[in-house]
Amino acid sequence: MLLRAENLAKRFGGVRAVQDVSFALAPGMVHAIIGPNGAGKTTLLNMLTGIYLPSEGRVFLEERELTGQQPHRFAAAGIGRTFQNLQIFFNMSALENVMAGRWLHERGSFAAAALRLPQLRRAERHCRAEALSLLDLVGLTRWADAASDAMPYGALKRLEIARALAAGPKLLLLDEPAAGLNPTETHEIDRLIRELAARGITIVLVEHNMKLVMGVSGHVIVLDEGRLLAEGEPREVSADPRVIEAYLGEEAP
Amino acid sequence: MASPAAAAPPSASRRGIVALAIAVALLPLALPNNYTYEIAILVGLNAIVCVGLNLLIGYAGQISLGHAGFFGLGAYGTAILATRYGWPTPASLGAAIAGVALLAWAIGRPILRLRGHALAMATLGMGIIVAVVIATEDRYTGGPDGMSVPPLGIAGYVLAGERHWYWVVGVLLVATVWLAQNLIDSPRGRAWRALHGSEVAASAIGIDPARHKLSAFVLSAALAAAAGALTAHYSGFITPAKASFLHSIELVTMVVFGGMASSLGAVLGAAVLTTLPQLLTVFKEYEMVLLGAVLMLTMIFMPQGLVPTLGRALAAARRKPR
Repeated sequence: MLLRAENLAKRFGGVRAVQDVSFALAPGMVHAIIGPNGAGKTTLLNMLTGIYLPSEGRVFLEERELTGQQPHRFAAAGIGRTFQNLQIFFNMSALENVMAGRWLHERGSFAAAALRLPQLRRAERHCRAEALSLLDLVGLTRWADAASDAMPYGALKRLEIARALAAGPKLLLLDEPAAGLNPTETHEIDRLIRELAARGITIVLVEHNMKLVMGVSGHVIVLDEGRLLAEGEPREVSADPRVIEAYLGEEAP
Repeated sequence: MASPAAAAPPSASRRGIVALAIAVALLPLALPNNYTYEIAILVGLNAIVCVGLNLLIGYAGQISLGHAGFFGLGAYGTAILATRYGWPTPASLGAAIAGVALLAWAIGRPILRLRGHALAMATLGMGIIVAVVIATEDRYTGGPDGMSVPPLGIAGYVLAGERHWYWVVGVLLVATVWLAQNLIDSPRGRAWRALHGSEVAASAIGIDPARHKLSAFVLSAALAAAAGALTAHYSGFITPAKASFLHSIELVTMVVFGGMASSLGAVLGAAVLTTLPQLLTVFKEYEMVLLGAVLMLTMIFMPQGLVPTLGRALAAARRKPR
């Protein structure tokens, strides 16, 4: 198993956002985490990336425990993510956002950077080429030199994915990548997720768009009121009466 | 703080450095006497502080209200080592800078783990403590009356005279801007800017926020100390005013006015706000008011600062005719 979550729980004061959630993610496939609003999906994601310290439970990547470490350690271990609310570096161009994502692979020494030594220039050229190819992968080549604060929302969603990919993650967590996108843009995300899966990147997709989720994922985890309600293949899960009830329960007035 | 403008691509910053070097080389043609040279030297020394402070404020997105403390410690550090302990001035200068860097590291390490205004508050406190210590420890510092500082000299050669100092400071300024710009365009500079853009996203790509805030903080403190120590040797006399809270605010105002996340902006901000009080000596009593007004008007009418605002206006004007 690539990632293992053991009895994860998170309390905010008296509120139990996530309770006793355990699961394991097999490598090389697309996993989805679904559930009604407030089910604890983003809280769970934040625990899997070190942003929240779990109140209880543990997180393992390739059987190495990461619980309690700082978020940048989770990233260094191989967990990448995007954010539900855009967290773009708006003080940089699109290309620089992705180049920043290569930090774990190309940092060089302080002296080489300050004096702009040939080794750094070489590394920068390589970094730039890698970033450009990732922008190409997500379909943003023409925005490469654009100031990121001048880019449309849909492009920024994909820019976040390119930046996360630049770190070369083993596991990529996508927090609502299709939220707020039109059908054409959603189709682009669909295509991109399949492409990444084909390249062997394990993906965790948190998403409300059921068509997207059921189409691309091989394993679905359903959360409801902070608890793990069901998990399994998309077809099993969508036929599960408890899942249907949780969703209908939310939509009924 | 206002959302910063996208940083200029490396080629643009190269042009900026060349322009600065030409300006430094040609300026003496416009300087009629020693007094104007003196102002130019003070501009250069303040600009070195501002370029460093801009790495912290404009790029890494952290605020310091105590950089005059580092400036003052650099100045008094070299002065005390040279006069009270008889150290050769190059050694006292180097030791003062290294000492301040170490101090900044020790102060910054615990503080920079916190978010938000913790750094502003802590540096404010630190700056005030430094100013009080300098003013009261008169056995070493001469107290409020200040102390005299020997000139900078190496093996019999003594750096003296406005013209010599001008070239030394000019070369150091261009070198500082060049080093700063190289860092900004490197992975480390992107890490600083990433922290400014979104700390949570920066850590999600493996950047350690505490470590990189600390590196910008220590570097900016060391540059402030270097400029402080050089100012002390140049002036030959220092007073606690150089370490005061007012001077810290002056330095921040220079950075904000010139333009955050722009090294040339920092230089220009230092130039305008160092020269202005010298020209408008009638306003001496109202320096604080003037400074406050500049800071307020900048934040209201050009929150990006002078150079980025002008840059955007120029780019827009160039686009229009077509």
